[in-house]
Amino acid sequence: MQVNDNKEFQPLIVAFCCNWCSYAGADLSGTNRLNYPTNVKIIRVPCSCRVNPMFILRAFQRGADGVILCGCHPGDCHYTSGNYFTRRRMTLLFSMLDFLGIERDRTRVEWVSAAEGAKFAATMNEFTEAVRKLGPNRRLEDLRCRKQ
Amino acid sequence: MQRIGVFVCHCGTNIAATVDVKTVAEALGHEPGVVISQDYQYMCSESGQNLVKNAIKEHNLTGVVVCSCSPRMHENTFRKAAAAAGLNSYMVEIANIREQCSWIHKDIATATEKAIILGKAAVAKVHLNAPLTAGESPVAKRALVIGGGIAGIQTALDIAEAGFDVDIVEKNPTIGGKMAQIDKTFPTLDCAACILTPKMVEASQNEHITIHSFSEVTDVKGFVGNFTVTIKKKARFVDETKCTGCGLCTEKCPMKKVPNEFNMGLDNRSAIYIPFAQAVPKVATIDPNYCMMMKTGKCGVCSKVCSAGAIDYKQQDKFIEQKYGAIVVATGFNPINLDKYDEFAYNQCPDVVTSLELERLMNAAGPNGGTLLRPSDKTHPHKIVFVQCVGSRCDDSKGKPYCSKICCMYTAKHAMLIREKYPDTEVYVFYIDVRTPGKNFDEFYRRAVEQYNVHYIKGMVGKVTPRSDGKIDVQASDLLANEQLHIDADMVVLAAAIEPDKTARPLATMLTTQMDTNDFFTEAHPKLRPVESATAGIFLSGACQGPKDIPETVAQASAAAAKAIGLLVKNSITCNPCVAHSNELMCNGCSSCEKVCPYGAITYIDKEFRMPDRTTAVRRVANVNPAVCQGCGACTVACPSGAMDLNGFSNSQIMAEVDAICK
Repeated sequence: MQVNDNKEFQPLIVAFCCNWCSYAGADLSGTNRLNYPTNVKIIRVPCSCRVNPMFILRAFQRGADGVILCGCHPGDCHYTSGNYFTRRRMTLLFSMLDFLGIERDRTRVEWVSAAEGAKFAATMNEFTEAVRKLGPNRRLEDLRCRKQ
Repeated sequence: MQRIGVFVCHCGTNIAATVDVKTVAEALGHEPGVVISQDYQYMCSESGQNLVKNAIKEHNLTGVVVCSCSPRMHENTFRKAAAAAGLNSYMVEIANIREQCSWIHKDIATATEKAIILGKAAVAKVHLNAPLTAGESPVAKRALVIGGGIAGIQTALDIAEAGFDVDIVEKNPTIGGKMAQIDKTFPTLDCAACILTPKMVEASQNEHITIHSFSEVTDVKGFVGNFTVTIKKKARFVDETKCTGCGLCTEKCPMKKVPNEFNMGLDNRSAIYIPFAQAVPKVATIDPNYCMMMKTGKCGVCSKVCSAGAIDYKQQDKFIEQKYGAIVVATGFNPINLDKYDEFAYNQCPDVVTSLELERLMNAAGPNGGTLLRPSDKTHPHKIVFVQCVGSRCDDSKGKPYCSKICCMYTAKHAMLIREKYPDTEVYVFYIDVRTPGKNFDEFYRRAVEQYNVHYIKGMVGKVTPRSDGKIDVQASDLLANEQLHIDADMVVLAAAIEPDKTARPLATMLTTQMDTNDFFTEAHPKLRPVESATAGIFLSGACQGPKDIPETVAQASAAAAKAIGLLVKNSITCNPCVAHSNELMCNGCSSCEKVCPYGAITYIDKEFRMPDRTTAVRRVANVNPAVCQGCGACTVACPSGAMDLNGFSNSQIMAEVDAICK
C-alpha cells in the first residue's frame, strides 16, 4: 500500500504475465504509449501455469492490494495446455480467498494476446480502479512485513 | 553473497524523459550485494556493452541487472556481452523500465519510483540466479511447407535449392493457390499462369521436393529441430501413382453439374475432375458428394474408361508421420464471404461479382474462354462499376478493420484491361482512398486514369439494386462534387476484403504460434524478425502473416526459406536451459507432474538412497529429460512436495520478486 500526497489510496497491484502472450501484450501497450497506472508491477513468468498459488498468497501477505494473472487465450497457449491448468487452479484459489475475505475483485485471471496491447492497458486501468474502490487489503497482510 | 552490477539505460530520451535514471542508479546502488551501479545513454550500443563487460571484469561481478527495454528485445544482447566477459549468460536479468514503465507513464516522480521497484525486483532475482549451461539437441534435416500457393512453392524451391528435403502439404488437389486463378498480374500485366506454372512444374520435378496434395496437417508434436508431424492424405479415390492425367474420365463422367471451385462456381465441372489444365500433380480426384457410384453404387464409368486402372472407390484416408527440423506456414488468404452485404445485392444478382470472379470471367481458361460476358445473359457489359473497400477498413462487425492492400492495384488492373480490350465499355471506380505505394504502382494507377480514362470517383456506393430490365441501379455519392449519383450499370464488381484462410486458426493452435485478432499469424518482431513466428522453428511466408501482393509474397517466401535453411544447416541447436528439474530427495514419486506435462518430458526412475541407518532403499523418483522439457513450469505447481522447480524461474526467485515489489 502506498499513500501519496493528495491522500488518494494507491493500491499495489502485482501482475503475473506469461512470456509469450501477455508480457508481449504489455510491451505492445508500451510501444503504443497506452497509459495505465504505475500501481501495476509486472512479473514475467514463462507460462501462466508457472504461477504457484503460493506466489499470490505471498503477494497478499506482503501487502499487495490486488493480484492479476494474465495468460494466452484458451487454445493459444505456447505450451499447448498451460492456461487450462491456470484456469482451474485459480478458480479454486480465488474461491478459497473469497472464503477468507479477500474480495473477488482483488483477484483476476485475464487472457491477453501478444496483439492486444489496448486490452492490456484497459484491463489494468479497470482492475486498478476496482481495487482502489475496495481500499487496502487488511485481511491477509502480515503487519510484521510492512515497511516502516 | 553475489557481487551485482546494475546498469541503467537512458535509451536516448525514451527512458530518460519520464524516468530519472540517475536517481534509479543511485537507489539501486544501495541494494544489498550491488557493488556498482551506473547509467549510460545507450546500454545496447557497443560502448554500452563494453561498459558492462569491463565492469564484470573489473569488479568481479557474479550477477548483472540491466534496467532497459523489454527482455524480449535485448536480453540476448546482454547475455552475450556477459558471456564475452566470462560471466555465465544466465546470471543476467533485465528490468523492463521502457515498455512497462517510461512509455506508459507520464509523471516523472511515480515512474521513477516504479522503475526503482522493478530494478529492486531484478536485483532480488539475480541474488538467487545460478549459472546454467545449455544442452544441445539434433536437427532433423527436412522442412515442411504448409500451403502450396506461390508462397509455399517459392519457399520449397529455395530450401530445395540449398539441398534439403522439403515436403509441401496442400489441402486442394493441386498446388498453385490463388495465383493460379489470376489472369494478369500488376503492374507489368504479365500473365499469372505463364510465370506460375513453370514454378509448379519445377517444384514437382525437383528431387528434394515431395508434394502432398489433397492433404492436411492433423497433428504437430515436438519443438524446433525436432517436430513430428502427422499428415492426412485425404482419399481422392484415384491412385496417384497410376493416374496419367489424360482426363478421359472427366470427359466421360455423366455427373457434370458440380459447381467448379476453380472458376469460383461460375461454371460446372464433373464429379471426377482435374481442377485445371496445368494442375500439379495432374491427377484426377473424385468428389464423393456428387459421384453417382459413391452415392448410389450405380455408374463406374470412370473406372471402365481408365486404361491405367487408377480408379479406386474404396480408397481410405491415409496418415503419414514425418520428422521435420523446420516448418514454414504459407496458408494464404481468401476473399471474405459477402452474404452479409445486402446493400450490394451480391446474392440477388448474378451480375454483381467479386474481383476474383471477374478474374475468372476474363481468363482465357475461364468459363467464357476469356470474353468478358455478363454471367446472367452472356451479353457484353457496356458500363461496369467497381466498388472498393468492400469489407476492408470497416469498423462494424461485418467487415475487417484493416486495409486489404491489394484491391486498389488489382482494380486499376481490371479497369485498364477492360478499357484496353473493350474501348466501348465505360468503367467507374468508387474509392475511399487510392493506396498505391510500391515500385511502379502509382504510375500504373495514373495510367488507368490518364491513358485509359477510367472514371475514378471518391465516394461510397450506398445501394446496388438489380432492375427488371437487366440493368443494375447503382446509387452512390461523389464526395468531391458533393452530389448523389445514379448509374445504370451492366455489371458491378466488388473488391472484397481478404482474410486469412480458415485452416490457419486450428493450425496455429497445433503449432502453438500466436495470431492477431484478425487471425493473421504474428511475427516474432514486427520490424526485425518479420518472417519468424515467436515459436522457434516455425516461419511465416506470404499472406498468412498479413495482406500482401505477389512480389512481397515471393520476397517473404524466400526470406522464410533463408531462415529455415539457417536452421537446417546446423547439426544441433542449443536448447533452452531454463527447464524443470526434480529434487530427488523431496520427490515422492506421486506422478502428479507427469500428468500435467504437455511434452511427456517426465519419466520415473528407481533410485537407490542411503538411509540414516546405513541401509539402502530404492525409491521411485521423477526424472526430467532436459532435451524434451520446454520450461512451462506446469509441473512445478502440480508437485505437492515442492520437489519440482524451474531453472531461471524458480519458486524462490519469483517469491523474491514478489517480496521486492511488495516491500
